[in-house]
Amino acid sequence: MSKSLKLTSLLAAAAIGVTTAQAGEKFGIGREATKDEVAAWDIDVRPDGTGLPDGSGTVADGEEIFAERCAVCHGDFGEGVDRWPVLAGGQDTLSSDRPVKTIGSYWPYLSTVYDYINRAMPFGEAQSLTPDEVYAITAYLLYMNDVVTDDEFELSKENFTDIHLPNEENFFEDPRPDTATLKDGEPCMSGCKEKVEITMRARVLDVTPDTEDDESGAGSID
Amino acid sequence: MTKNDETLRAPSRRGFLKSGIAIGGALAAAPLAARAAAAEGDPAILEKKDWNQYLGDGVDARPYGHPSEFEADVVRRNVAWLTADPVSSVNFTPLHQLDGIITPNGLCFERHHAGIAEVDPAEHRLMINGLVDRELVFTMQDLMRFPRENRVYFLECAANSGMEWRGAQLNGCQFTHGMIHNVMYTGVPLKYLLEEAGLKTNAKWLLPEGADAAGMTRSVPLQKALDDCLVAFKMNGEALRPEQGYPIRLAVPGWEGNMWVKWLRRIEVGDEPWHHREETSKYTDLMANGKARRFTWEMDVKSVITNPSPQAPILHDKGFTVLTGLAWSGRGSITRVDVSLDGGRNWRPARIDGPSFDKSAHRFYYEFDWDGSPLLLQSRAIDSEGIVQPTKDALRAVRGTNSIYHNNGIQTWHVKSGGEVENVEVS
Repeated sequence: MSKSLKLTSLLAAAAIGVTTAQAGEKFGIGREATKDEVAAWDIDVRPDGTGLPDGSGTVADGEEIFAERCAVCHGDFGEGVDRWPVLAGGQDTLSSDRPVKTIGSYWPYLSTVYDYINRAMPFGEAQSLTPDEVYAITAYLLYMNDVVTDDEFELSKENFTDIHLPNEENFFEDPRPDTATLKDGEPCMSGCKEKVEITMRARVLDVTPDTEDDESGAGSID
Repeated sequence: MTKNDETLRAPSRRGFLKSGIAIGGALAAAPLAARAAAAEGDPAILEKKDWNQYLGDGVDARPYGHPSEFEADVVRRNVAWLTADPVSSVNFTPLHQLDGIITPNGLCFERHHAGIAEVDPAEHRLMINGLVDRELVFTMQDLMRFPRENRVYFLECAANSGMEWRGAQLNGCQFTHGMIHNVMYTGVPLKYLLEEAGLKTNAKWLLPEGADAAGMTRSVPLQKALDDCLVAFKMNGEALRPEQGYPIRLAVPGWEGNMWVKWLRRIEVGDEPWHHREETSKYTDLMANGKARRFTWEMDVKSVITNPSPQAPILHDKGFTVLTGLAWSGRGSITRVDVSLDGGRNWRPARIDGPSFDKSAHRFYYEFDWDGSPLLLQSRAIDSEGIVQPTKDALRAVRGTNSIYHNNGIQTWHVKSGGEVENVEVS
């Protein structure tokens, strides 16, 4: 096949790519991934335990690793240093004025804890922990959140999915739209309110970054 | 700064008065014999400028051009107190200084979770694995051989306006609405890549993953991926900027920015969602009763007046003036924008100008004769699904004040009689 003929047939395949998907039209681009390549990158874990590696770790081991690798930002007990995330506590605050959303108070699944620590923590040195270390840190976080109370507890691939976090049932699917649509009628165009009063001002709070001109927000063209 | 520079700067009301006084003073003090004093009028006209007389830079001086030095304040800005660290943080597009619908690449807001990954495209790979007939690896050169599409889409952070749930907090639309950009993407429809791998019959979800140290992952329903997702490698005609995911990012049109995985290196196909950190701990919306919405993907109909706004006050006296702003919806196009000058008591239709694309920003204008009196400006967009942009109070009535994300409430700007503008809430 000449080069131009080949190109023409490729373009034709592209043009009908959507409708012929089931017919298996392919461009013949890319190569098969090796098992080792997939294993090197596919580290994700699901709530049903899919993706968990072999391994285990105890609360006591976790406490030690946490103190060394995590506490500088998250505090010795997961309470959070400065603005760094709080990992423990906050139970029964979700419907309060100032909710404290932690692993124990908010997160639905333990698998997320394992997966996220394994892929992204410690901040600045991601993917430096062994599976046993991640199991141990996860066990310690369960202990700090009172999900397990035994400091001898050992978390492993085998018992992982037996653990349920307290807030698992409190998530629900998106119910939007949850405000008015044109089906509810045309929006009001005139005389929509008796009167209008200012109830809050950003200037009062004064937390916008300043420039040399104190009278305006940063980036002011004044 | 030279005198010429000073006269070129955008004239503020105060600046104009000051220079008026200076000109008057100079004229009065000038010797009668001086020729300059004889000419009356604007020094911008009467005086020769350097650029009238002397040669400028040649074509070899700026191989990749920059904006004029007089636009030096048109920049992304961050709000240091918002986050623990500037590496897992956000900055803001200067909406008040832009017009039209396209955001210049260098001004597109940034949101990273582990900083900007500086990826060498020669060493970048895209893997597709999981519930497919053949697990595949693509190089960048491979991706360039697939048919491409060009589409203009907005990308809005789920947390845009999130600091305003409890009330007026930040003074400027850059800060209240600037976690958005709108560019033309060139990319490969994701469905072509998935078809190349061959989807198994039980394939229902995808997990795109980034190559950065955050290893960003989100669960995306297969239906969306087959509909309009792109693996994008160009923005506004040139390669993605590093801070926008160079060499490739996922475009998930209309959906919250967090899902637009940057530095995309892997897409896993599965039969269940993964419930990863960015869709459990983050990007779930806590309601007043303590329960939380998850998978709130679409960005709903929204608009904001960009001028006048707190960072862009009215600098002229009463008279004809231009009000302008942006409107967008993740569920389609914008069919209408209404504007109120009196805090929502009365509304008039604004004029939409420029291209109207699905899931793209729209530019609107409302020209009027300002009588110099205080105004309470609002804009209210309606999208092609018939969804009407709600007030903040209407949102709070349903959701409370702790949902962080998806605040598309109507913004109010208080224009004072002097032209100054403030972010306010009204009854």
